[in-house]
Amino acid sequence: MMTKTKEKANWPVMIFLILGLSTIVFPLYMTVVIAFKQPSEMTNSISGILSLPASWSLANFKEAMRVTDFWRSLGNSLLITVITVVLSVVLHSLMGYALGRNKAKNKFYNFVYLFIVSGMFVPFAILMMPLAKQTAEMGLGNWVGVILLYVVFYMPMNIMLYSGYLVNIPVALEEAARVDGATTWTTYWKIIFPIMKPMHATVAVLTALAVWNDVMTPLVIMAGTAQNTLPLAQLNFQSQFGTNYNLAFASYLLALIPLLIFYLVCQKQILNGVVNGAVK
Amino acid sequence: MKNDRKRTFLLITIPILALFICFNTIPLIRGVYYSFTNFKGFGSYDNVGIRNYLDLFTDARVGKSYLFTIKLAVAATILTNVVSLILALALNSKIRAKSFFRGAYFLPNILGALVVGYIFNYFFTYILPAMMKMVGVEAGSILSKPSTAWIGIVIVCAWQAIAMNTIIYISGLQTVPEDVYEAGGLDGATGWKRFRYLTFPLIIPFFSINMVLSVKNFLMVFDQIMALTKGGPAQSTESISYLIYNNGMAGGQFGFQSANAVLFFIVIVCISVAQLKFSSSKEEQL
Repeated sequence: MMTKTKEKANWPVMIFLILGLSTIVFPLYMTVVIAFKQPSEMTNSISGILSLPASWSLANFKEAMRVTDFWRSLGNSLLITVITVVLSVVLHSLMGYALGRNKAKNKFYNFVYLFIVSGMFVPFAILMMPLAKQTAEMGLGNWVGVILLYVVFYMPMNIMLYSGYLVNIPVALEEAARVDGATTWTTYWKIIFPIMKPMHATVAVLTALAVWNDVMTPLVIMAGTAQNTLPLAQLNFQSQFGTNYNLAFASYLLALIPLLIFYLVCQKQILNGVVNGAVK
Repeated sequence: MKNDRKRTFLLITIPILALFICFNTIPLIRGVYYSFTNFKGFGSYDNVGIRNYLDLFTDARVGKSYLFTIKLAVAATILTNVVSLILALALNSKIRAKSFFRGAYFLPNILGALVVGYIFNYFFTYILPAMMKMVGVEAGSILSKPSTAWIGIVIVCAWQAIAMNTIIYISGLQTVPEDVYEAGGLDGATGWKRFRYLTFPLIIPFFSINMVLSVKNFLMVFDQIMALTKGGPAQSTESISYLIYNNGMAGGQFGFQSANAVLFFIVIVCISVAQLKFSSSKEEQL
């Protein structure tokens, strides 16, 4: 944190912000203490629920991992998220390039661009039922189908971002490479793709967060496979926790931890990505 | 050389467009097609014309879900944007540890809505009533009463959306040059007046982004309903997406809910287009 000048801090505002932070810290604190406690420690009074646990035992977490098949769900979530992000960065940037470079002067590309971007307004609710049927018919009622669907769902937004970014990259760069005898394909990978790096970061962050937290798509598409993503496991095993809230909260915390780590490590990229994605 | 460029662009566009059509356009068309049938999700079905659409307008449950979803979207949008603006102003003022505060206030947005919903479900069911009891108000869980359950959902939706909208307002506030305030200060613009006549008009583009984002996201609310109420009590918190999922996928109303989904699609498009028209006309005035 850099302070350019030693200005006087606005203390009333800071106190307001510190108090306000409790609305964020409290639910997380509650999650942590309940996750570590034993059911016998959960007396009916509020102080019994919210006091620190008698011992910081990991027993709840072990049990929650077993009940929700944590490692397999985590593996599925990672697999789906990583492949979706890679495919999105590669395919959406290519498509953003092809459309962005041609839509101003070619009616066909302009039509394709508008056609895909208007897909942003299509709510999942209308696609959900036909897609469940269609993916089942195609043998894609599994994680492969889920990935393909994500690549299609986030296409409108990402193509808009990429082709918007391309406006600022002069065509002269490509022409110079062409004079040297490079094909369009190699020019793209050698010159354009690396230049779009800031936009790759934005697209990767937005796509990763959306995919990681999504419940509806795997719920509808993977229902028949007994496979879970991390959020889907929470939904499917909710009933098995019964009234053992300690176990349930251990499981919630386990589901939140990968994101919390990701956020701590790449906070800056995430904030930039989200702002770029929304404002552009 | 020119041909190479043309061919490359076509070779990129055609397969990706085909993928998009296969998993977006075709299911959309199929959805519209099913909306004219009495398909249950399995077995044979007949074409029933526009009967599903006529039934939509007389079906009490569908009407209730639209009212609930719109009420939720309006309440959550207002709450989210008021709180976000205040927070953004605070986070953009002269404070210490600015990046810490901004980072901390953004945290709710990255967490999964379903798990957040489960955590708040416990809070509303056990902690909040106990807290109320301590101040002498005997009350059950707000989620268990049809009259108050929607408030719980608004709070959880806003909790996460505020994080997002605040960040967008902050980036808007950063585009306001300092000398605007200095000039305004000379004319006696301080406090509320300064916000109303200087700051707010300058960040209207960001206000419209937030409006469009909030309304669209809240109208499609699903995870929070799943985690907090599952549409209850007494079907008082069934959002449109939830009803389509619940009755369409499992309840044998595939055809009827497809008609509902088509109507929902039309509503979303109308609202989005209206918002974009409205906000671009506002921006032109500046």
